[in-house]
Amino acid sequence: MNKINSIRKDWSLIETLIAQDRKILDIGCGDGGLMEQLENNRNAMTHGIELNRDLAANAIARGFNVVHGDAELDLSQYSNNSFDYVILSQTLQAMMKPKDILSELLRIGSKAIVSFPNFGHWKIRLQLLISGKMPVTESLPYTWYDTPNIHFFTIKDFLNLCNEMNIVIEKSIGLTSKGKQFDISESVTGVNFFTHEAIFLLSYKNFEPIKIKSSKKVFAKNSVIAN
Amino acid sequence: MKTKFTTDTKLASEIAYFENINLKLESGDIIDSFKLAFKTYGKLNADKTNAILVCHALTGDQYVAGNNPITGREGWWSRMVGPNKPIDTNKFFVICSNVLGGCAGSTGPKELQNGSDVAYGGNFPSITIKDMVKAQSLLIESLNIEKLFSVIGGSMGAMQALQWAIDFPDKILNIIHIAGALKHSAQNIAFHEVGRQAIMSDPIWKNGKYFENNEVPERGLSVARMIAHITYLSENAMHRKFGRKLQSRDIISFGFDADFQVESYLRYQGKSFVERFDANSYLYLTRAMDYFDHDETFRKNIEFSHNPNNHLKYLIVSFTSDWLFPTIESKMIVNQLNSLSREVSFLEIDTDKGHDSFLLEEPQLDDVIKGFLTNNFVKIDE
Repeated sequence: MNKINSIRKDWSLIETLIAQDRKILDIGCGDGGLMEQLENNRNAMTHGIELNRDLAANAIARGFNVVHGDAELDLSQYSNNSFDYVILSQTLQAMMKPKDILSELLRIGSKAIVSFPNFGHWKIRLQLLISGKMPVTESLPYTWYDTPNIHFFTIKDFLNLCNEMNIVIEKSIGLTSKGKQFDISESVTGVNFFTHEAIFLLSYKNFEPIKIKSSKKVFAKNSVIAN
Repeated sequence: MKTKFTTDTKLASEIAYFENINLKLESGDIIDSFKLAFKTYGKLNADKTNAILVCHALTGDQYVAGNNPITGREGWWSRMVGPNKPIDTNKFFVICSNVLGGCAGSTGPKELQNGSDVAYGGNFPSITIKDMVKAQSLLIESLNIEKLFSVIGGSMGAMQALQWAIDFPDKILNIIHIAGALKHSAQNIAFHEVGRQAIMSDPIWKNGKYFENNEVPERGLSVARMIAHITYLSENAMHRKFGRKLQSRDIISFGFDADFQVESYLRYQGKSFVERFDANSYLYLTRAMDYFDHDETFRKNIEFSHNPNNHLKYLIVSFTSDWLFPTIESKMIVNQLNSLSREVSFLEIDTDKGHDSFLLEEPQLDDVIKGFLTNNFVKIDE
């Protein structure tokens, strides 16, 4: 089958993080573009959740397993470790409770892939510094009163949260605003300044059985082991 | 199993006779022989992979498309099923059978008891959705179809589709479940009970023996239909359609004539229903729906099924204004399937047309059904 060129740069990067023949949940899957790409190029078995009715309908009509629903309410229905990867692309900043979502991702999936726009990028800092107004950029194109993005955070904030939650960052890719790609962990200085968009591959670090909170208040049965 | 097939010219329908088959019903009763009236549309392909069973709702019949000789009107889902329609009969072989207990040619209370010249009437055994599906599975088997590509239904049809997934997952690849639920709710049972009481309190009903004098409990049956019809609509749709508009008059009559258009409409619905539906059948089929309950058992039945069911795909559709089978009921099915990591898709369609939306103009429903069938069919064809 023909490889489909990814429409979005982060999709092709996400693809590089995913092994063959895996089971994947794409949260905020839109009309199934990334699912299609991963089915074709990685022989993945995909499921998706999409909040927007028309996009969900399109995805279903294209033959994908997509549930029309709200990730903040509907993730609890999935069982522990029922997916190899759970993907949250460009939506963590739009979630009501990003921390809860993050722990849900790693409850449902053995690994999670999270991508987000970095609020610590120099252009954003500069805009706020100079104009004194909330920044509006290509990756965050909304005005403050009309934005779906309700939780702004930087790479540093995200790394701190992962640390606090005992989440292991297996891989991390940064993209500059010009689309230049680099490994976040290797370029320590200036990362938070130059990274426009970040993509993280996450898992849990503990070898001990760990308690995972979910809205159902059940605990993970098995130990979650980082590969 | 030997099945005899004939064509009933008056009904313009195929009839399959299952003789000495001793169909054991869920109630424990046994029907030794029975018949199912059915229609097919399109052509079965050489590999027999393109067969779709469409299950009709409470008052439906086998005339899913084309002309219905009983009503003289188009089939009940002719907007959905036919050449180049969402369920495309150029591509798929569509089967629709009148349910066991129905009144359009299949064995039911209206038909003669085996080996006698008296109709069953109230002597017909109580049937369930499971029994209907069992009878359908025998029909599919007798048509030499090992595996259905899809089972599709709305409302009571959705109940049958779900029952197929539970009882015969090895004989199907996917189901399209529209405006249904794991169980018939207390409110739904209550509405059915009012309908049944209307029929049974009609003096002509005579414990179900009205046919002996060639009579029909018209009043009771039409009232039952009127009540039910209200539950198929929504307040907004009714308001949009009728408002408080008066019927053939400029001022109110200060009497009990059908002053309002909505009254006149309901009376018409009741009256035309009586001409095409059997009162006893209505009692039996509403009861079958009432008994439908997989609330506690569905998850276990899917998880521990002795027939393999991992391959099954589910498309669950609900409508925002459906208060008879509200979205929350569909979501319960979706939740349970997702918790078992099954291949499920779900869409709530935004419409004000109520429960009956699945029978009406809903472009998004058409698109989703067409796409789901087409794309999943391509996958099995590869």
